[in-house]
Amino acid sequence: MSVLTTNYLTPTGREEAWRFTPLARLGGLHDASVTLLDHPSLQVIGELPTGVKLSQSVSAPLSTTDDLVTERVRSAVSQELVLEIARDVELDAPIYLHRSGVSTGPEASRTLIKLGTHARATVIVENTGGGILAEEMEFSLDTGSHLTFVTLQEFESDAVFLARHHAIIGKDAQFVSTVVTIGGSVVRILPTVEYSGQGSSAELSGVYFATDGQHQEHRIHVDHNFPHAKSRVNYKGALAGNNAHSVWIGDVFIRANAEGTDTYELNRNLLLSDGARADSVPNLEIETGEIVGAGHASTTGRFDDEQLFYLESRGIPAELARRLVIRGFFAEIVSKIGIEVIQERIMDRIDSELSKVGE
Amino acid sequence: MSTLEIKNLHVSVATEEGFKEILRGVDLTIKSGETHAIMGPNGSGKSTLAYSIAGHPKYTITDGSVTLDGQDVLAMSVDERAKSGLFLAMQYPVEVPGVSVTNFLRTAVTAIRGEAPKVRTWVGEVKEAMAGLNMDPGFAERSVNEGFSGGEKKRHEILQLALLKPKFAILDETDSGLDVDALRIVSEGVNGVKANSDLGVLLITHYTRILRYIKPDFVHVFANGRVVEEGGPELADKLEEKGYADYVNA
Repeated sequence: MSVLTTNYLTPTGREEAWRFTPLARLGGLHDASVTLLDHPSLQVIGELPTGVKLSQSVSAPLSTTDDLVTERVRSAVSQELVLEIARDVELDAPIYLHRSGVSTGPEASRTLIKLGTHARATVIVENTGGGILAEEMEFSLDTGSHLTFVTLQEFESDAVFLARHHAIIGKDAQFVSTVVTIGGSVVRILPTVEYSGQGSSAELSGVYFATDGQHQEHRIHVDHNFPHAKSRVNYKGALAGNNAHSVWIGDVFIRANAEGTDTYELNRNLLLSDGARADSVPNLEIETGEIVGAGHASTTGRFDDEQLFYLESRGIPAELARRLVIRGFFAEIVSKIGIEVIQERIMDRIDSELSKVGE
Repeated sequence: MSTLEIKNLHVSVATEEGFKEILRGVDLTIKSGETHAIMGPNGSGKSTLAYSIAGHPKYTITDGSVTLDGQDVLAMSVDERAKSGLFLAMQYPVEVPGVSVTNFLRTAVTAIRGEAPKVRTWVGEVKEAMAGLNMDPGFAERSVNEGFSGGEKKRHEILQLALLKPKFAILDETDSGLDVDALRIVSEGVNGVKANSDLGVLLITHYTRILRYIKPDFVHVFANGRVVEEGGPELADKLEEKGYADYVNA
């Protein structure tokens, strides 16, 4: 495992990886002088179906990282939570993992989600409560498996949450992930992907809604290290209120051996008021020209007044028109999740964020 | 019987060179059941009139009045104007991604009628109105105007007209971009609404073509931001023959 010497130095904010992050608000998660508590905070909700096993084990990480906080999590955590879906097991209902943060001290946890060959599952992680939390989550998808992963950041307003979610996607396997960030004070998530076989695909989607003072950062990294793999990245965010800040970084790296790569990444931000700021940085690094396609787009704009006028001219009051447009903006991603109760829940949260804006 | 009365309407828009006056004193009175055609060359201010009545924020009213049965339309918000009985069929209907036609129609009808339509009758009502406009039922699940062809957008406007049942409809170049078949379907849609109600129509057009399908009672020629000539249907025939040259150069 390669370890950079800088990993054990406290970041100053000048580093590329930390330049957008409000370090003073991290509660010491990044600060080597503060001890992280080893606390496996995720709980399974309900009974696990046949073919699914949950255990605690001492296991080495599957991937390397140059993220300082992830390194600290690895040092602090003795046992990781392992959720295994056995080969050929196809689950009809989602598995729910729930975390209710507490506000003792900064704490760390590690989780591994493993899908055997041709397994098929949906895993939903609900993050609620407060506290200062760091987590590493790894996903290992064997040949032909399919994982739908949804993570909901519904934290209380004082929570600090730093996470790395790393997927290793096997031959012909599919990883479909949706990150929903609405609550918390500072949320910084690194959804990262590498491949371990051809014909594999990753769909990384996200929706976020930052209001007064919230910092929401999503740093995507897709490592096309195998030929004939596909990736789609689509994040959409709305921002409103003073010092609402979102950061979206989309790094896609197509290695020299990754012929036949097909990738596209997109970030759209909707600024609903003055005083909010969206940073959006797509990066595409290509080492081979033998690819199917590679592209990216990033837009940040305000409400489309023509859309609002159109709806209002049909008798729809301004507030309701705004709500319809916002719901519509997020619907492209939310409606694809495919789990009605989760979709409704996300839309309700978006509505309530929007109603705060009006106040 | 309702009356839409436009008196001495002056309207400006902000441009890079400052405020520019587009409408220079428009007078027009429309009564229930009447169809008025407003015809004029490009840039004469026809669409500005339509959008000013509907309340588009881009336009600033500098003088004059618009009243509906004596009520001050210009003092109303955009949605209040729609609720009072005004409808604007737009030349370029706006795409609203992620909002389905069915959700949009239901929301609009609920707002206009003041209560949600009964589920049982509503489904049938929409189906019937769509069938009348030769619209595929799958249309209802698509996002509002997104990826619609020109003809589909215009049919969707007339579908709203049929469901919202306004007192007055302003059709802003509804004929533009339509082939003959689509024009006939859209016109029959408008005529169908007229036949079943006391709808007053303000038909804004550049061409006389649509007037073969929707017969006007009055024709107003628009040039340089005001009505320059008025008459009956025969005035449209004259325009067909001679064009707008007389008015533009006058």
